[in-house]
Amino acid sequence: MQITTTINNKPVTLTVTPDEMLADALRTQGYLSVKKGCDTSCCGLCTVWLDGKPTLSCNVLAFRAEGKQITTIEGVQQQATEFANVLVAEGAEQCGFCSPGFIMTVLAMKNELKNPSEQDIIHYLTGNLCRCTGYMGQLRAIKKYLGVA
Amino acid sequence: MNFVGKGIPKIDGITIATGKPVYTEDLAAADALVVKILRSPHAFAKIKAIDVSEAEKMPGVECVLTYQDVPNTRFAMSGQSYPEPSPYDRLILDQIVRYVGDEVAIVAAVDEKTALRALELIKVDYEVYEPVLDFEQAIGHQSVVHPEDDWFCNFDTGHDQDRNIVSTENLQIGDVEAELANCAVVVEETYYTQPQAHAMMETYRTFSYLDYTGRLVVVSSTQIPFHVRRQLSRALEIPASKIRVIKPRIGGGFGGKQTSVTEIFAAIVTLKTGKPAKIVYDRKETFCCSTSRHAMKIKVTMGADIEGYIRVIDIDGLSDTGAYGDHGSTVFGLVAEKTLPLYNKTKAIRFTGHAVYTNKMPGGALRGFGATQGTFAVESTVNKLAAELNIDPAEFRLKNLIKAGETCLYHGDEQLGSSTLHRCIEKGKEMIGWNEKYPSKEIGNGRVRAVGMAVTMQGSGIAGIDTASAEIRLNDRGSYTLLIGSTDMGTGSDTILAQMAADVLETTVDNIIVNAADTDISPFDPGSYASSTTYVTGMAVVKAAEDLTKQILQTGAKMLAVPVAEVEFDGQQVKTLAGDKIISLAKIAEVTLVGPDHRQLVGTASHGSPVSPPPFIAGFAEVEVDKLTGKVDLIDYVAVVDCGTVINPNLARIQVEGGIVQGIGYALYEDARFDKNGGVQTNSFMTYKIPSRKDVGNIRVAFEQSYEPTGPFGAKSIGEVVINTPAPAIAHAIYNAIGFRGTKLPITPEKVFMGINK
Amino acid sequence: MFTIQNLVQPPTLAEAYSVLTSNKKSTVLGGCAFLKLGSKKIDTAIDLSKLSLNYIKELDDFIEIGAMTTFRDIETNPLLNKLFNGVVPQSVSKIIGVQFRQVVTVGASVYSKYGFSDLITALLALDTEVELYQAGRMPLQTFLDGSYPRDILTKIFIAKNERQACYHDLRNSASDFPILNVAVSLLAGDWRIVVGARPTRATIALGASAQLAVGDFTPEKIEQVASLAATEVSFGSNISGSAEYRRAICPVLVKRAIMEVAQCK
Repeated sequence: MQITTTINNKPVTLTVTPDEMLADALRTQGYLSVKKGCDTSCCGLCTVWLDGKPTLSCNVLAFRAEGKQITTIEGVQQQATEFANVLVAEGAEQCGFCSPGFIMTVLAMKNELKNPSEQDIIHYLTGNLCRCTGYMGQLRAIKKYLGVA
Repeated sequence: MNFVGKGIPKIDGITIATGKPVYTEDLAAADALVVKILRSPHAFAKIKAIDVSEAEKMPGVECVLTYQDVPNTRFAMSGQSYPEPSPYDRLILDQIVRYVGDEVAIVAAVDEKTALRALELIKVDYEVYEPVLDFEQAIGHQSVVHPEDDWFCNFDTGHDQDRNIVSTENLQIGDVEAELANCAVVVEETYYTQPQAHAMMETYRTFSYLDYTGRLVVVSSTQIPFHVRRQLSRALEIPASKIRVIKPRIGGGFGGKQTSVTEIFAAIVTLKTGKPAKIVYDRKETFCCSTSRHAMKIKVTMGADIEGYIRVIDIDGLSDTGAYGDHGSTVFGLVAEKTLPLYNKTKAIRFTGHAVYTNKMPGGALRGFGATQGTFAVESTVNKLAAELNIDPAEFRLKNLIKAGETCLYHGDEQLGSSTLHRCIEKGKEMIGWNEKYPSKEIGNGRVRAVGMAVTMQGSGIAGIDTASAEIRLNDRGSYTLLIGSTDMGTGSDTILAQMAADVLETTVDNIIVNAADTDISPFDPGSYASSTTYVTGMAVVKAAEDLTKQILQTGAKMLAVPVAEVEFDGQQVKTLAGDKIISLAKIAEVTLVGPDHRQLVGTASHGSPVSPPPFIAGFAEVEVDKLTGKVDLIDYVAVVDCGTVINPNLARIQVEGGIVQGIGYALYEDARFDKNGGVQTNSFMTYKIPSRKDVGNIRVAFEQSYEPTGPFGAKSIGEVVINTPAPAIAHAIYNAIGFRGTKLPITPEKVFMGINK
Repeated sequence: MFTIQNLVQPPTLAEAYSVLTSNKKSTVLGGCAFLKLGSKKIDTAIDLSKLSLNYIKELDDFIEIGAMTTFRDIETNPLLNKLFNGVVPQSVSKIIGVQFRQVVTVGASVYSKYGFSDLITALLALDTEVELYQAGRMPLQTFLDGSYPRDILTKIFIAKNERQACYHDLRNSASDFPILNVAVSLLAGDWRIVVGARPTRATIALGASAQLAVGDFTPEKIEQVASLAATEVSFGSNISGSAEYRRAICPVLVKRAIMEVAQCK
């Protein structure tokens, strides 16, 4: 089946199967930042934005993106790099495999929450697993990036 | 220049963080065949008949392989230098399957859907055997997991194939029984540690193809490219010269990728079909069909004299190495090797026990590698002994722990080169508020806060074995290329090695191109494991950089027509001590490449160490226990670390924080559980929970630097030691809170509750 | 991974229902998170995305929530955060993470009667009704206890009243399934104690709820009621915990929830 959607502000028509997940469709289209880490919708690696909201692309059937705005980290490179600079200054990207999904969630949080507390930040990002860093460095980076005390 | 000691960003940081396609799967050819594996539903069975005809007929299926189609040379998948001490007990596909998930057939098809459908069309008739599932029943079980007569091990590890024994430990120094009789207090406890999953975010994956000369190229998410080349050569029965292994960026390893997992399956498909092939394990396969930390039973007997000196440590263990023996003997050995040397007032020590086969997913290397299990058992016993003696456990340790310059029974005359562990304890006590908080405080509503502690050591590389090489080239315009075979898996080792080279060559990190790791190009390195990269590869890099510096001086002096003793190199130029003659590095680079000498300057070095100097950590946990439910919340964790000189404080700190969180999961809930048929039940992140950011409380890290005389810039290792203290320190804090000693990991709320209400 | 042979996106509920009942191998798609855990082979998948079922509406006497409303919508809805002491958003807020809650739907969760459900436990503590396309509107409890032919859950209604409620749970780790969850509510002397993730689905501890409503509200009474709740509902064992442990911690959670509700004004 064909769907019409927008990826990173570019209108596209995609041919997908009814059971194809958005994460796979995006990788096929060359958006290789989209990583898959779990198969059971609970690691956060594949997070992209659907109409601006952080969403597990591995758990969204691709046809449901019809008419929606999809944003991957390839589409927000400038913002992503701004935050990534803070993140790597902390050494908190480590293996980096969870970083694209993590950064997409951080940027979504920045757009959604005003003056988040440390607890708000932790809550918002709980769905982004990371096995390398132990999360503390990521938290330091976010607080620096958002100017949270 | 001065890069060592600076927390500079990783050289690949921005690239990987912003989602550039640099990992194995991102690099696979779009038309690569998709490889899938048919797996055994039985823990132990023989394939009586296997019919692949329907699968082969399916359009889009390129290749279906069974045990009849693969070479029959047994091999080991563990990443260890040859001759490795792991048994050659595997075939690519075997007629006997030894655990639920063991490989039965390999299918390659044009896409994933086709490959998966083809798997369903393969018909297998099994003769089911009685499996060995309980590792305490393995020795002498009527079922023999490895009955084959071509089983082989390079060493005598005390194996006994017929009795399911992979290795035997039998070390005794001093007279344990006699010394125990002399002790004022003797305690004994038996501990059980569970299998832990690595749970790196990037699952196992490999992509392979034939290059223009027909050689097999294997691109893999691995910690051990050179060992993979050797293993593939043996298993596939082709010369190693026909194989090239490339390691791109890796999405985490933690020792999981120190065992080869997927390489062989992609490689054999490419060899059989001539086509590119890729295999990507899903999370379930990663949980159920790779390796985990070895489950163990460890009994510790410890005695102290009336003065409070630990005089005897006696460890008897049993390790479940599962269906295959990769890393079985070596992991088990570290239970004692990284615990017994800590307490050197002993008069007698003993370590006995076995690693045994069972019909379960194999054990393997996982950060900490046996030291983690051993530390939980020994440190928990030290805490118990301190309680029996009514001595503050911190004071007890300060009194009993080895210091720099001292020897221990385990290592004979070998003196400990460096340690600030005593300072680490003092500092940690101060940071956690030990004196105010120990042992516990009721805070109302059924809740208690308490603190606990543990110390640990690891090694830095494998003494006498690990040999790393490094090569640094001076390029035409005065930049450098650093070639190494170690495998940065996110740790930042490529960066810190460049920091070391930059300091020796007095240049900047961004003037150094780092290339790793490609078996066609890189000098030999065992790979990144055993906490070896900073210490062993690091020293090779330092020596190679010094070698190159010497050549730059010699060449510069020659060009300036002065004796070499009269020149110096400042990173930019070679000049005479008087300063009257100068030649720039760029000029030296240029001239060496056009003549008259026609010789590129290349510094090379190999390095191995006769010792494996231990890094140390003092770990302190503060927990809050809900006495009414048994729920334990970790409030604060303090780790004070002696890793020698800290090469990159930011990266070292993240290593510590990450390792502690992995240790917290191990202490409290991570648990690979098996169902009654022997299959792994916890096969997703839904059922195998790793810590989320809500689970970790506050973690604080401090460094008490020592200077290790045998290490590069005084450095020791950091990668593994970080995971060892949380389990015993948290168990200790829980004991201090409610009087229940958790001896079986993980210490879940239910275990705590049942412990309180026994 | 589940597979889908055919997909329909009906423009009306009537058509959706007709596809559902005419083909036994058809499945209504919710957020698909649970589907994704299995390997179901779906002949015809029915997608309700075109039926405008994603909404939270305030009516005079009810809050109406469409079946395709996501947990994230619930969590961030200002009205639901204000009403009932915020118990509904609270109950879903610990589930995995925001990007997961952005996809899972209310309809699928309630219709599937999942034992581990956090949402059902909270909804049961409120005066909740569900509407099925064919079977019509009924109390949530009736739906949970009953057995109905294949149907489509279209919306739920929560009575807009002054009920005060709170939700407690215990998990091995923060984003794990609950070992046990409990919701307690109070409306004008009418207490309701709900125990869920037993690990079977949530149920109201009727006896304990009734007893709490009569006589003096003393600490001893609360203890007694909490213990009663643990004896009148049944518990089972699964990977998260044993029946014995669940039974033992049930009174603790119930008591804490009662105390918290008692303090709500």
